[in-house]
This record gives sequence, structure tokens and C-alpha cells, in this order.
Amino acid sequence: MRNGFKLPLLPAFVILYFVFLYGPILLIPIFSFNNAAATTFPLAGFTTKWYGQLPGNSALLTAARNSMIVGVTVSLLSTLLAICAARAVTRYRFRGKKTMSGIIMAPLILPEIIIAISLLMILLQFGLGLSLFTVILGQTLFCIPYSMSVLISGFEGFDRSLEEASTDLGETAFGTFRRVTLPVVAPAILSSLLVSFTISLDEFILAFFLSGTEPTLPVYIWGQLRFAAKLPSVLALGTLMILASVILLTVAEIIRRRAESRRLQYEHGTH
Amino acid sequence: MTDLAVHPAPSVPRGWAGSEEARGLALISPTFLYALALLVLPILIVIAYSFWTQDYLTIDRTFTFENYRKALFEPIYQDLLMRSLRISLMVSIATVVFSYPIAWFISFHGGLNKNLWLFLVTIPCWTSYLLRVMSWKVILGYQGVLNTGLMKLGIIDQPLTWLLYNANAVTIALVHSWAAFAILPIFVSLEKIDRTLIEAATDLGDGPIRRFVRIILPLSMPGVISAFLIVMIPTVGDYVTPQLVGGKDGVMIATAIQANFGKAANWPLGAALSVTTMIVVSLLAGAVVLGFKMLMRVVR
Repeated sequence: MRNGFKLPLLPAFVILYFVFLYGPILLIPIFSFNNAAATTFPLAGFTTKWYGQLPGNSALLTAARNSMIVGVTVSLLSTLLAICAARAVTRYRFRGKKTMSGIIMAPLILPEIIIAISLLMILLQFGLGLSLFTVILGQTLFCIPYSMSVLISGFEGFDRSLEEASTDLGETAFGTFRRVTLPVVAPAILSSLLVSFTISLDEFILAFFLSGTEPTLPVYIWGQLRFAAKLPSVLALGTLMILASVILLTVAEIIRRRAESRRLQYEHGTH
Repeated sequence: MTDLAVHPAPSVPRGWAGSEEARGLALISPTFLYALALLVLPILIVIAYSFWTQDYLTIDRTFTFENYRKALFEPIYQDLLMRSLRISLMVSIATVVFSYPIAWFISFHGGLNKNLWLFLVTIPCWTSYLLRVMSWKVILGYQGVLNTGLMKLGIIDQPLTWLLYNANAVTIALVHSWAAFAILPIFVSLEKIDRTLIEAATDLGDGPIRRFVRIILPLSMPGVISAFLIVMIPTVGDYVTPQLVGGKDGVMIATAIQANFGKAANWPLGAALSVTTMIVVSLLAGAVVLGFKMLMRVVR
């Protein structure tokens, strides 16, 4: 039989692939604790001094503050807009639904630089100066498709009869939304918030073109990459950013899975 | 339905404003208008600009194909566009070929932990793209991890200079960036395959290779095609990777587009380059889909 030969080949490939996938990312934290300015092997010893330098860097702190402002606003805006669209798509039938959702989802399959330069042109055309506000406009557009995919899968399992029952029992439209709809869709909303915040935190191209003189963290890092001596502190900052992304996404995944298993339980319980 | 209780005769028109259609439209319109204002309208403006010309700071709004002539026929832009297409095709082929076995592994051997595997595969793709490309610079650089590591091991005496700043470095970094985006669609299409078909083929005497070529591959083709396109379309316009690891020989079209909106400040030419890129990418995408379909017909 071939199986004796075939089976170890696939796991070996999977292991190699995971090394390829995670190796480069793990190098960032490894070298951020390395006691040398150059990224060479063998490692030169352990230090936390690169992290110690971060809080004293005012340009970095400004960039971090900018990223927070942009991230929070973008995640709220894109989730809000995506809730409307996802609810419309999953709940109602109407003409032009395919075209409209296609246009809303289009940023997923367009080269990002084209979105960036077309936004840049229209903003300058209408005399809007570049600022964090323009970054927010652009990143919201970019995050809506991601938020929408998360929300659509959350809304799809929603049993419409629950809402109808609530209305029949005399709840107002708002009351139904708050007491019936919201608790069921809350996990999807929460994961949409986390996912879009993470995307915004890491997004570079739109921020690079639209931020003007107010850099976000990735734009700040881009500026630092020109100087070899700045690399260790970039690595330290990068490690913190990777950590933040991983934590946020893990939380989003846990929320999503809990909601899913609860829904499965509910379905098993009623049918 | 409560509405029916209020209006017992369904034939009575309820008025368009209260209909399902109106409610759906009302609900989707804020998001749709947002996309219209910040995506469709800007792209229309880019298209308009591509037919105009710029003389220092003033825009001449006479209709002209001059920018397109430059974008398509000037050797520098031609080279950049061809190289971008070549790199993005190579990246998509490599990403799909490497991702297929992983998607296969998760779908057929993932057991109860499929979700966990998918999560592990996607995590790296959610970390900053800028940082991921930067780490390839750290690996492949003259004084980088690979060179210093190999020298320490005594395999080479001098740093290899061909690792960084070329099209190959761009390809490797891009394959790394887009891995998960290829795995997910292939995984989804593998999951949809009815496993009894594979059993039937086995019972009828098909070996593993025939089973793969005649059943699994054709049925997972939609996933392969969408993975290919999801990777190919955005990578054509990639800016960060060529800038960081491409050097002179790895420059792609996005750098030229950016230059025309920055220092060189020739918006109409930049616009024409963008539109040309979009059109050429769409044509290439169409060709790829056709190519895959023809390939499948031949294989079957």
C-alpha cells in the first residue's frame, strides 16, 4: 500500500508550512529582546532596553494615540454601517440587493492603492485637508466588507419568529430590538468591532496616503524603517502590536465560537 | 404575520413605503451611499482625470488618450506593468499550490479541530502586513538572519547578495502575506464535496491519483479559482513589498502610481496608470478563469 509512504509526507509539509508562516513573525519578538542593534545570528544576549525606550518617545506616543482614535472610530462606524447592510441583506428581499452588496464588498477585491489614490483625489478635489478624519473615512470603507461578513454569518442563524413572537406579545419595535434581537446578535457585533479595530490598527496604505501630518503607528514605523539604528525599537513596538492583534482576534474567535455552540444547543433543544 | 391580522385582505395594497422592498432599501442605503460616495464616485473621478492633462499645476480638461498612450507604450510603464503581472501570477500560483495541501489536510484530517486549524492559519495574516514584510528584510538582508546564520554554520563564507532586493524576494514575501486568503476558499470548496463520491470512486477501482484528478480537483475548482483571484488582484497593485524588499529590480506599478501623486505630481498620468492596471488585471482574471475551465475539460 501507498499509505505508509503518503501519510508522513503530508504532516511533514504541514509542519514546514507552519514554520514558513510563523517563523518570520516570531523573529520580530525574538530580536526585540536581543542585545544588539543588528539582526544577526547568533543572538547577543537578553535585554529589555528597547522596550524601555518606547515610553520616552513622544513621536511614537502621538502615533499610538492617533491609532487609538482612528481604530475606535473606525470600528464603531464600520460596525454600525455593516449592521444596517447585513440586516438588510439577511432580513429583506429587494431589487438591486446583489449589486448594492457587491459594491459595498468591492474594497475586498480592489488593489488597495487604487482605493487610496482615488480617495486622495476626491478629498483634495473638494478641498478637504488630510487628517485623521480622512484616514477614518478611508479605513471605514475598507473595514465594512470584513464587518459585514462577520455580521451576515451572525444574523443568518437568527430565527425571525422570535421577533414576531415578541411583537405579538406587545413589545414595541425598539423593545423587541433591545430585548430579543440584540442579545442574539451581540456576539457577532462584538467580533465585528474587534476585527475592524484590528484591521485599522494594522492598516498601512490608506493611512500612508490619507494621514497628512498625523501618522498612525504603521505610518510612523514606515518612517523609522529608513534608519537602520531605529530597527530595534521598531521591533519592540512591532512585538507589542502583534501581541495586541493576536489577543484581540483570539477574543473575537472565542466570542464567535461560544455564540455558535449556544446556537447549536438551542437548535438541538427545540427540534 | 401581525400585518396580516391588521389587514385581513392580502390583496389590499399596503403602500410601497411599508413594503419589504422599501424597508430593505432604507436599511441598506446608508452603507450603500457611503460606498457610492467614497468608492464609486472617487473611481469615476480617477477615470475622468485619466483623460485630462496636467500642465504644472493647472488641469487641462480637453479629452485626450495621451496618458493611456504613455501608460501602455512607454517602455518604463510597460515594463513595470508586465513585471507586476508576472510577479502576481507567480505569487498566485505558488500560494495556491502550497495552500491546497494545507486546506486538504484541514478538511480531510482536521478531525474535530478544523476551526482551531483555520484560526491558526489565519492569525499571521491578521498581524500587521508592514511588519511581516519587514521581517523578510530581517531574514534575507545582507547582514540578515539567513546570511549570518549560514556563515556561522560554515556553509558560506560571504553573505549572499542575491537574497534581497529582487523580484524573488518580493514573491516570497507576498506568498507569505497571502497564504491564509488562499487556504480559506479552497477549504470551503473541499468541505462541500460529498464524501460518498470519493468512496464510490474507490469502490469502482479508482486509485488515489485518479480519485484526486477526476473527482476532488474538479469539485474543488471553484475554491481554487477564487483563491487564485483573491491573491492575484490585490498583489498586482502592492506597494509596500516592492518598496521594502524589491530593490531596483523588484519595483512594481504601484510605485509609479504613487510617484505620480507624490513628487512627480502628474495626476492624470497616475490616474491613467491606475485605470490601466485595473483593466489589465480584470482581463487577466478573466483569462485565468477561462484557462482553469479549459484545463479542467482537458484533464477530465
